[in-house]
Amino acid sequence: MNDRDMNELEVRRVVKAYGSGAPVLDGLDFAVPGGALAAVLGPSGCGKTTLLRVIAGFLKADAGTVTVAGRLLGGPGVHLPPERRRIGIVPQEGALFPHLSVARNVAFGLSDLDRSARRVRVGEMLDLVGLPGYGDRMPHELSGGQQQRVALARALAPRPHLVLLDEPFSALDSGLRGAVRAEVRAALRESGATGLLVTHDQQEALSTADVVAVLRDGRVAQCATPEELYHRPVDPWLASFVGDAVLVPGTADKDVATTVLGRIPLAAAPAGRREGLVLLRPEQLRLAEPEAADAEGVVTDVRFFGHDALVTVTVVGLDEPVDIRTTTPLRVEQGQTVGVRLTGEATLHPRTA
Amino acid sequence: MTAPERSAPARRDPRPAGAQAPAGRGRAVGRPSLILIAPAVLAAALAVLPLGYLGVRALEHGPAFAWDVIADSRTGELLLRSLGLTAVVVAACLLIGISLAWLTVRTALPGARAWSVLVTLPLAVPSYVTAFTWLSAVPSLAGFTGSATALTLASFPYVYLPVAAALRGTDPGHEEVARSLGHGPLRTFLRVTLPQLRPAAAGGGLLVALYVLSDFGAVSLMRYDTFTRGIYTSYRASFDRTPAAALSAVLVVMTVLLVAAETRTRGRGGYARTGTGTARRAVPAALGRLKPLALAWCGAVVALAVGFPLATLGYWLAAGTSATWDPATLTTTALTTLGVAAAGAALTALLALPVGVIAARHRGGLAHLLEQAAYAGHAVPGITVALALVFFAVRYARPLYQETPLLICAYAVLFLPVAVAATRAAVLQAPPVLDDVARSLGRTPLGVLREVTLPLAAPGVAAGAALTFVVCMKELPATLLLRPTGMDTLATRLWTETGTGSFAAAAPYAAALILLAAVPSYLLGRHRT
Repeated sequence: MNDRDMNELEVRRVVKAYGSGAPVLDGLDFAVPGGALAAVLGPSGCGKTTLLRVIAGFLKADAGTVTVAGRLLGGPGVHLPPERRRIGIVPQEGALFPHLSVARNVAFGLSDLDRSARRVRVGEMLDLVGLPGYGDRMPHELSGGQQQRVALARALAPRPHLVLLDEPFSALDSGLRGAVRAEVRAALRESGATGLLVTHDQQEALSTADVVAVLRDGRVAQCATPEELYHRPVDPWLASFVGDAVLVPGTADKDVATTVLGRIPLAAAPAGRREGLVLLRPEQLRLAEPEAADAEGVVTDVRFFGHDALVTVTVVGLDEPVDIRTTTPLRVEQGQTVGVRLTGEATLHPRTA
Repeated sequence: MTAPERSAPARRDPRPAGAQAPAGRGRAVGRPSLILIAPAVLAAALAVLPLGYLGVRALEHGPAFAWDVIADSRTGELLLRSLGLTAVVVAACLLIGISLAWLTVRTALPGARAWSVLVTLPLAVPSYVTAFTWLSAVPSLAGFTGSATALTLASFPYVYLPVAAALRGTDPGHEEVARSLGHGPLRTFLRVTLPQLRPAAAGGGLLVALYVLSDFGAVSLMRYDTFTRGIYTSYRASFDRTPAAALSAVLVVMTVLLVAAETRTRGRGGYARTGTGTARRAVPAALGRLKPLALAWCGAVVALAVGFPLATLGYWLAAGTSATWDPATLTTTALTTLGVAAAGAALTALLALPVGVIAARHRGGLAHLLEQAAYAGHAVPGITVALALVFFAVRYARPLYQETPLLICAYAVLFLPVAVAATRAAVLQAPPVLDDVARSLGRTPLGVLREVTLPLAAPGVAAGAALTFVVCMKELPATLLLRPTGMDTLATRLWTETGTGSFAAAAPYAAALILLAAVPSYLLGRHRT
């Protein structure tokens, strides 16, 4: 797997509509570099699953092309059936074949190999996902997380160019999810295959993927690294979709914005835009002594989460109260007058958005 | 018509026309492969052939002649008798079925579990066996009373089963909410519980109506002239078979209307269910002073529907001597029955396979059409399928007339719905996502079918075949008309002997029939649990 750069997914101007309705995918553009794990994130009904099925070949796009590792799989006049695409899939809940043992599940895509080569490959794959010696088990004898790892081993066994993971962790209970996610990510990385993870869980996308593409109305609204996406969202909708957002009116002067809450540097200063909404994250707002702060307000609500808390403050001069994330133990209570300071960088967006 | 084949029509999932995007998940791309379509089209064609030909034949002497037959006062009389019998039996079945369901599911009836098993046993007994036991014990019952008694006692489980299931499925929370809002127990039952049972009761009642309308065995033994017996008499009595065809056409129209009505209540019934998973069981209502009365009611129904037939059968078996029946003939007849039923089940299962797979895995006009065509037998009484095949064979396939293959074909037409429903359900059990995974691992659609779908569906398909085997064994009217000269099945032999009043001679055949049908039924029950 040295030719990592060869393993690249390119989706160009893909359109897909069901019947005569509005298109579910509306000229979607998207690319994943070789060896990376990308996430497709979006609210339900945004076309995530449709995109996945178009890439895998279960659906035929109305227009546009799908290229994997330089090979045109779908496009005008071309539609390779799923069995000839060399794309592995890991569905929700694993979907292991219930009538086959773990070893025969993993070997299902290895019909080209002879018996001994197949056995070797199955062993390698089970080692990779941390389940050596599980070959003779039946799927129902495994836990949910183990099933998911076997499903990954099965998808990786025929050395696919690309592995599609369709909400693979959503069926696991929350305690287990994080661990399985980390294991799957490590195994995928070790195999060198390019991965595409479809999810509606922004935490999962941000914490698991190298690149995240947010889908909205059948298009990619933004495709960036998790950090870029979180701190430099292209519009307020995106900002709210990937996390909690605080929007306050502000005026930009060069690369510094001035707001009621104080002055803050802008991450990307759009030329010529003077007035707008400054986008902040609740953890960029800090509680302070009233006399040491740029703004002052009254605590109207406190939501305690354990590791941190959200404090809602009604600030003089702002129509909407703002949320401030603060570490615990709490030093404030409802009705108290507090000061607010800003840290980090913000982005500026037009008011109409 | 015999028992359970009516109980397995298409339970289709609601597919809202516009909401295709998420529902499109897991469905195969494009059209089903030709290797599936060709045999499915063959099966569908075989299933609709009798219906179509019946129409052709009924109109052979022109529509005026057919109308004369239909408008004949004798036809009107048959219609009234059939409808009257149907109405009485349905009403009696609703009363028995709903009361027993409530008693066994919702009250502290002693031995509720045992009762709930006992009251489903009549399903295993064909209506003509019930009729035989009553007629042989009380010959004066012949006519309307006997027919209504036998049919009610044979078919009330069709109401009991869905209503009991609905009672188990309803959320006791609804009733608790009603009680907390100030409604007494009776008002709660009438305003909350009963409305939720309506779809189940209506569906069960329609099944009973369908059963009665198409029953031939019980009414012919009781010598009560309904449509089915009228058709048979007309066919036997006259060289001109057009009147029989015209009468059959009327009967088909009536049953089709009933099937349509039944399908509708089924659709609504689905919405009545609430929540997922197993519902919390309601606290059983105490019966108090009514307990002896409730026990007497359950006891009476079980005694009449199960105890009485068995006792009568035992009596005639004991009364019979080797002079009245010949063990060698019984053995031969039993083997013949097993043979034709096995052949019928095998052909039916084979024909159902492609249709069931297409119905479960594909959508669109062709898949829908094929499935609907395969269900044609569901709407057609056995006697009319048999007549249509007789007509067809006499004219176009003379060598097949009164030969075993034609009888096997009739079984396939009649019971294709049973096997298609079982196959479709079995294939649906295998999640479509497994097909996707297999495709992504390099399998062609046919490879997926062979290596994933069919191995997973095999137990369900086999269960469907076993069920078909049982209903083939019990089939009476089509076997009477289509059997080769000199060949007897247990059912026809029982019918002939009873018809001539030789009850002691008929009893061993009834006993053998019940025993042979019980084995696969027992195995099926174990398979389901």
